[in-house]
Amino acid sequence: MPSCNEPLIPQVGVITAITEQTPDVRTFRIEKPEGGKLFLHQPGQCAMIGVPGAGEAMFSITSSPTQEDYQEFSIKRCGSLTDVLHALEPGDCVTVRGPYGNAFPVDTALKGKNLLFIAGGIGLAPLRSVIRYAMDRREEYGTIQIVYGARSKEDLVDLAEIETMWKNQPDVHVYLTIDRPQEGWDGHVGFVPDYVRELPVDLSQTVLVCGPPIMIKFVLAALTDLGYRKDQVYTTLELRMKCGIGKCGRCNIGGKYVCKDGPVFRCDEIGELPDEY
Amino acid sequence: MKKLEKDRLSAFLQQIGEEMPLFVPVQKEEGAVFTRWSPEVTPQLGAVRTVRSPKDLFFPQCEALYTLKTEQGKLQIAPQKRAEEPFAVFGMRGCDARALQVLDQVFLTEPVDTFYKARRENGVLLTLACRRPDTACFCTVFQNDPADPLGDVCLVEGDTCFFLMAKTEKGQAFLDRFASFLTPCEEPDENACRKEQANIRAIAARLPLRDLSLEGWGPGQTDARFSDPRWDTLSKNCLGCGTCTFVCPVCQCYDLHDYDTGHGVIHYRCWDSCMYEDFTRMSAGNNRPTRMQRYRQRFMHKLVYGPENNNGMYGCVGCGRCVVKCPSSLHIVQVLRKMRKEEEHAKL
Ligand code: SF4
Ligand code: SF4
Ligand code: FES
Repeated sequence: MPSCNEPLIPQVGVITAITEQTPDVRTFRIEKPEGGKLFLHQPGQCAMIGVPGAGEAMFSITSSPTQEDYQEFSIKRCGSLTDVLHALEPGDCVTVRGPYGNAFPVDTALKGKNLLFIAGGIGLAPLRSVIRYAMDRREEYGTIQIVYGARSKEDLVDLAEIETMWKNQPDVHVYLTIDRPQEGWDGHVGFVPDYVRELPVDLSQTVLVCGPPIMIKFVLAALTDLGYRKDQVYTTLELRMKCGIGKCGRCNIGGKYVCKDGPVFRCDEIGELPDEY
Repeated sequence: MKKLEKDRLSAFLQQIGEEMPLFVPVQKEEGAVFTRWSPEVTPQLGAVRTVRSPKDLFFPQCEALYTLKTEQGKLQIAPQKRAEEPFAVFGMRGCDARALQVLDQVFLTEPVDTFYKARRENGVLLTLACRRPDTACFCTVFQNDPADPLGDVCLVEGDTCFFLMAKTEKGQAFLDRFASFLTPCEEPDENACRKEQANIRAIAARLPLRDLSLEGWGPGQTDARFSDPRWDTLSKNCLGCGTCTFVCPVCQCYDLHDYDTGHGVIHYRCWDSCMYEDFTRMSAGNNRPTRMQRYRQRFMHKLVYGPENNNGMYGCVGCGRCVVKCPSSLHIVQVLRKMRKEEEHAKL
């Protein structure tokens, strides 16, 4: 938990490594100044990262809780704060508070299940936490199928890790796709929702979907057509956040606060929210 | 019950004001405003409604939360001190005291807002029954009794004295501390107090807004209310100015910001408004891009979502501030009137 028992007051975090993932995504490894993790988290949870003078924003934690030494955040450059973050170097300090929000039910509803992960672009960030968690506790889950797409080969986050590690895990199948044909790419070409429709269907799977809202929308439609029930599909909502604790009012939608009741929702629960996300 | 003769009021306030910060309503150009007591100020106890609510004293419009400094290459976070000194608010109205109870539901539930909590613990509320509720008041619609306001000590004004009743331990301790100004009440005093209270209730029962109905609002009404086409018509002339949210004693939305002083960064909190376009704007889009959606959000939050999360407590206490201040007269009374259930299909 954050220091001084005040949820709005952050801790100091030090960036210990930065990986250039794509032209606009970097993964930041963050630890306490004296080393070690800032806090414990569950897969799917988020944290507020701030740069003094530039403000704070909420990012999903992309490392798995099974990673014991640090937390990682894959951050896409898309605004003034992320511009500043992308200019930082290892050794630089940030403020971190969290973890916030609920998590994917890795130890309950997902346990023992065959898992289908569907991600688009930076949407892989929250799912990677679950994927790595499930790989580290491989015997607790069934088959793992991962469908991941991005605009181009260069925009695939964690590609090196996917190629060298994920693909070699027992009973893990990775399906990559990019939006348009490209030299040096002999894999699948096409949008994620279409690819999902082409792939073998296993209705015993529990599905986790993350990506741009428009992709999520079409993926959910595809899943429904394929015969998946809403209560076997999980996704995350992304709304503007400030406090992270359900008090500043910003992420309120219906009776829920995405920062504390989300970001993870089962699709049948989303159906009950007013249509404003 | 104790009483305070009116001719001892200023000595009473002086004594309190010398011992701790004391806030009283004071007449200013724009209306009555809660102001820190000093020997020069004259309390204005007749104003039924201060321009801004006393929520500022517990949840200030702007407050620093912590300071960031880099010393020898190391980033240091210095949290702002929480309120430690007792203070008193004199002449607060029952609606505003009830509004604090709603804010308590938000800020004092886990994770607790320690800045707010420290002020709540240190603040003593001396509330005043409303001798003259006016035509914009409708606190009774929200289960408020203007004759018997919430607070630590409640005061009822009589002809020559105030009757004081401690409602909490904190209030009792306060009355004990300033007992030298007070005299015990005999039966005739208690009768006089009851008579004043009966008068107030009689006035409240004749107020034009007394019979606003909450039927069809409250927990579980999202589906019934969200897609109502009347939101479009009602919100058409809303300016999105946010006045309603700033004067409201219950509105709680806030923003967090960094301010670079040149020798460090102050991270501060300030009020924000769901009526503003950039409230929900992100680089990826905005989930409430239209005026209608923002207008609907404010009232759905007060009348449906809020009660769902706050043990049934509505996000309005009927103080009438937005009724008086909204430049387009699109306040909550309009919503309650024009969206009445029985008029589901009626035209506006
Ligand atoms: S309802 Fe009235 S006070 Fe509120 S934002 Fe609209 S015009 Fe301004
Ligand atoms: S909504 Fe209007 S009447 Fe109700 S508490 Fe707020 S300012 Fe007062
Ligand atoms: S981010 Fe403040 S309420 Fe969710």
